[in-house]
Amino acid sequence: MYAFDFERPSTIADAVKALGQDDAQALAGGQTLIPSLKQRLAMPSKLVSLAGIDEMRGICVDDGGRVCIGGATIHADVAAQEHYPALAALAGNIGDPAVRNRGTIGGSLANNDPSACYPSAALASNATIVTNTREIAADDFFTGLFETALEDGEIITEVKLPVPEKAAYMKFEQPASRFALVGVFVAKHSDGVRVAVTGASNGGVFRWTEAEEALSSNFSADALEGMSADASNMISDVHGSGAYRAHLTGVMARRAVTAAG
Amino acid sequence: MPADGGIGAPTKRREDVRFLTGAGNYTDDINVHGQAYVHFLRSDVAHGRINGIDTSQAESMPGVLRVFTGADFEGVGTIPCGWQVTDKHGEPMQEPPHPILAQGRMRHVGDPIAAVVAETREQARDAAEAIMPDIEELPAVLDMKAALEDGAPKVHEELSSNLCYDWGFIEDNKAAVDEAIANAAHVTTLELVNQRLVANPMEPRVAVGDYKRASDESTLYTTSQNPHVIRLLMGAFVLGIPEHKLTVIAPDVGGGFGSKIYHYAEEAFVTFAAKQLNRPVKWTSSRSEAFISDAQGRDHVTKIDLALDADNNFTAIRTETYANLGAYLSTFAPCVPTYLHGTLMAGNYKTPNIYVNVKAVFTNTVPVDAYRGAGRPEATFQLERVIDKAARELGVDPIALRRQNFITEFPYATPVAVEYDTGDYVATMDKLEEIADIKGFPARRAESEKNGKLRGFGVNCYIEACGIAPSALVGALGARAGLYDAATVRVNATGSISVMVGAHSHGQGHETSFPQVVAEMLGIDPGMIDIVHGDTSKIPFGMGTYGSRSLAVCGSAMVRATEKIINKAKKIAAHLMEASEADIELKDGQFTVAGTDKSVAWGDVTLAAYVPHNYPLDEIEPGLEETAFYDPANFTYPAGAYACEVEVDPETGKVTVERFAAADDFGNIINPMIVDGQVHGGIGQGIGQALLEHCVYDETGQLLTGSYMDYAMPRAADVPFYAVDHSCQTPCTHNPLGVKGCGEAGAIGSPPTIVNAVIDALQSGGHNVTHIDMPVSPSRVWQAMQG
Repeated sequence: MYAFDFERPSTIADAVKALGQDDAQALAGGQTLIPSLKQRLAMPSKLVSLAGIDEMRGICVDDGGRVCIGGATIHADVAAQEHYPALAALAGNIGDPAVRNRGTIGGSLANNDPSACYPSAALASNATIVTNTREIAADDFFTGLFETALEDGEIITEVKLPVPEKAAYMKFEQPASRFALVGVFVAKHSDGVRVAVTGASNGGVFRWTEAEEALSSNFSADALEGMSADASNMISDVHGSGAYRAHLTGVMARRAVTAAG
Repeated sequence: MPADGGIGAPTKRREDVRFLTGAGNYTDDINVHGQAYVHFLRSDVAHGRINGIDTSQAESMPGVLRVFTGADFEGVGTIPCGWQVTDKHGEPMQEPPHPILAQGRMRHVGDPIAAVVAETREQARDAAEAIMPDIEELPAVLDMKAALEDGAPKVHEELSSNLCYDWGFIEDNKAAVDEAIANAAHVTTLELVNQRLVANPMEPRVAVGDYKRASDESTLYTTSQNPHVIRLLMGAFVLGIPEHKLTVIAPDVGGGFGSKIYHYAEEAFVTFAAKQLNRPVKWTSSRSEAFISDAQGRDHVTKIDLALDADNNFTAIRTETYANLGAYLSTFAPCVPTYLHGTLMAGNYKTPNIYVNVKAVFTNTVPVDAYRGAGRPEATFQLERVIDKAARELGVDPIALRRQNFITEFPYATPVAVEYDTGDYVATMDKLEEIADIKGFPARRAESEKNGKLRGFGVNCYIEACGIAPSALVGALGARAGLYDAATVRVNATGSISVMVGAHSHGQGHETSFPQVVAEMLGIDPGMIDIVHGDTSKIPFGMGTYGSRSLAVCGSAMVRATEKIINKAKKIAAHLMEASEADIELKDGQFTVAGTDKSVAWGDVTLAAYVPHNYPLDEIEPGLEETAFYDPANFTYPAGAYACEVEVDPETGKVTVERFAAADDFGNIINPMIVDGQVHGGIGQGIGQALLEHCVYDETGQLLTGSYMDYAMPRAADVPFYAVDHSCQTPCTHNPLGVKGCGEAGAIGSPPTIVNAVIDALQSGGHNVTHIDMPVSPSRVWQAMQG
């Protein structure tokens, strides 16, 4: 990696200040950034670690029943919470123990890897992404491959997730990376069903509205029989064609509905 | 048999104490005082012309000692190839030079074009980024058949084409084979790909060059499976350093699987640069570099015809294979698709007519060479897949069809130039049927179907030629080296023993199993015996470890040297006991005089050898140290039968291996636990090839699978518990231990077993799928099921 300065602030305010300088880069769990640095694919002048900010770690439930997770909370802690079992299951199946004890929910959402698991949970849960300056609805947050609504220097401090009546996430693993080749998060809320698909699309995580409509009137796997997401903008690579990924959206969605019960 | 730990004992591996506690001494653990670091600037295009390289900015950067380019190696040798294949017209193969650093052309992504030596690793890397090569990108050739078309871009412009050789084996048999196929009652044809693999040993390659100006001595520390081979190739053919001025040390090596057999440019570079700069120079490969610079494996495209008579007897086999050699000839590359592949096409079957054609092709890709199994997995895969396909076409049981055609009488001379000394394929198949619980399969299939899964059963037989040797034979086939091995048994004064061996252990457990042999012969505690390996200044000239040869070849040398020790020790014992040498017996570490109660202990005799106060100096020399070189009479021929059961998820195409059984005949066994481990590892690697691993280049020659994000390695969860049996033992008839070799069997026998089972599963679900190329990934299975 190239040489860089390093700061480890203990408050959000100090982190924001440190990030205000040229080419400074926030470092959450580093599960994407550190490998990028090692391969010299990134050359920030300064890394600002978010790991020392206590106010960004921890999990609680707010008055509205939402699970509120600090942006610097590691996957292992999300996997251990009991407020939102489907989210715990998702977090517990990200990477391996080393990844789960370093990687954070805020880091994953800010990176918006098209194959990451968390974006589907945020989108299907109708989460609110809280930053140091504002609150962003998940529907407005994910804007494309590795692209989000975050401004330069903006930090995800917290994620607030409404807990659905029923929910489940099903991931079909890419054989090499074990990221999602296709992952589908199905969430049945009191006001309708949300279905979010990760791993599959050239546009990154997306809501599969046809499936949502079908499930909102009949929350059962049968309602999705024969359905699959539109294959036209699916990723096609050595691990599978766009048609295969589209096919898997149907399979994983049906399995998620069944698992959600 | 000593108290414990002799031949046949499942002794735990003594080397694991240091490996499992982080106390191993790997090449990257070696740091020589004053060392500098090299970073290689590697080509990022598959094919290009270098119009110039501006190194001025790089040379001025902090810490830089020197920037090397191809021009610095004019007058230095090129990386040699160790095997010359003769084509079907009797002409030698086309053999292009392989420079240490690119000379005007880069021929694959990863080809080193310049090197920076600097005080630190980071400084070297920083400066490498400041080198400005003027590159004119040229069209790359990736596809083998396209590479052979008229007008295709040439990988080496000085060659007549991209064809290295067109090999016919045996050319004189071709007419008879064609006729047998034309007259056959049934011919089954299969076209398949044996995909390219990346070896991926856990430890990436490392090389440290050191030079002592006062004595003009060079030392290379390197991650090698065969330090003497490196010393010979690099010293004699590349750098012109005589053996007594060059030491090659391969300390603990973290796996090789073949990829660390070869002499690599980086080794020659650090040795050369250390002398030029009068500084030790170290190179440590990153994993990313390993993907584009370690020799890769397999990469064959094959069409095979199997002819049968009306009674389902095999009458002929004809194959046509395109073998990808990559951009340069790696050390043993030419022999892999030929003599390690064509000679095995008879398999376990008495097929009277066999003809193998191999067209070896240069492409703009990383060089391809031997990888665990090396040619034999490619032979086994095509043969066992086409037999399975034939069984389905004929509606006969695949096991019965195999049994019907088994070779049953030994020795057996195949139509492809080798003679199997011994074997019992019926016995291994009988054992397999037992341990695989074939009778229970229908119930397990029904259970799988209840869970919405398709269950398939696959079977496979394999034979391999191991113990790579004998020298006279391989020399006649084009090897440019002998393939004997050597051992020195040094008995110390107190009776402890150091055995210096030419074999190199990088996962095989020699430090445990080799002492078991000597301990058995002498009747002493194996804890008194240590193995020394991996250092050309300490060991006799041996050829190293590959081709499952260590015990069969080097172990035999060790037996011969130990026999010499016993003969001399008996003379000393006879003197000490004032008896006739002919009456001396050695048992349990005691020398006795037959028919008397006189005895002397092993330690008394060894002490006498080194403190020769009462010693027959007029008859024998003091000391107790013997060396033997051993050159076998033939290859060894391990064989076996494998079976597995897979489940296919028909909705996703995902295959899981539910059961796997292996019945192997390795001849005699020294340490059954280590043999189990070798088989487990081999099967795991074979499951990796069958289901997961695939090295893929795009049409421009960029590696699409250049990291573990896209190159799928098998993990613990991908493999089942194995049922492994090696109780069927037909000892090798020509080596003193009766051993055959076990290191590659699993990787050879398992891929066709898995694919045969997947086809069986799909057919059971009504899918008319007759073949899927490896890796049998979920997307490929799903695609095949779409019809």
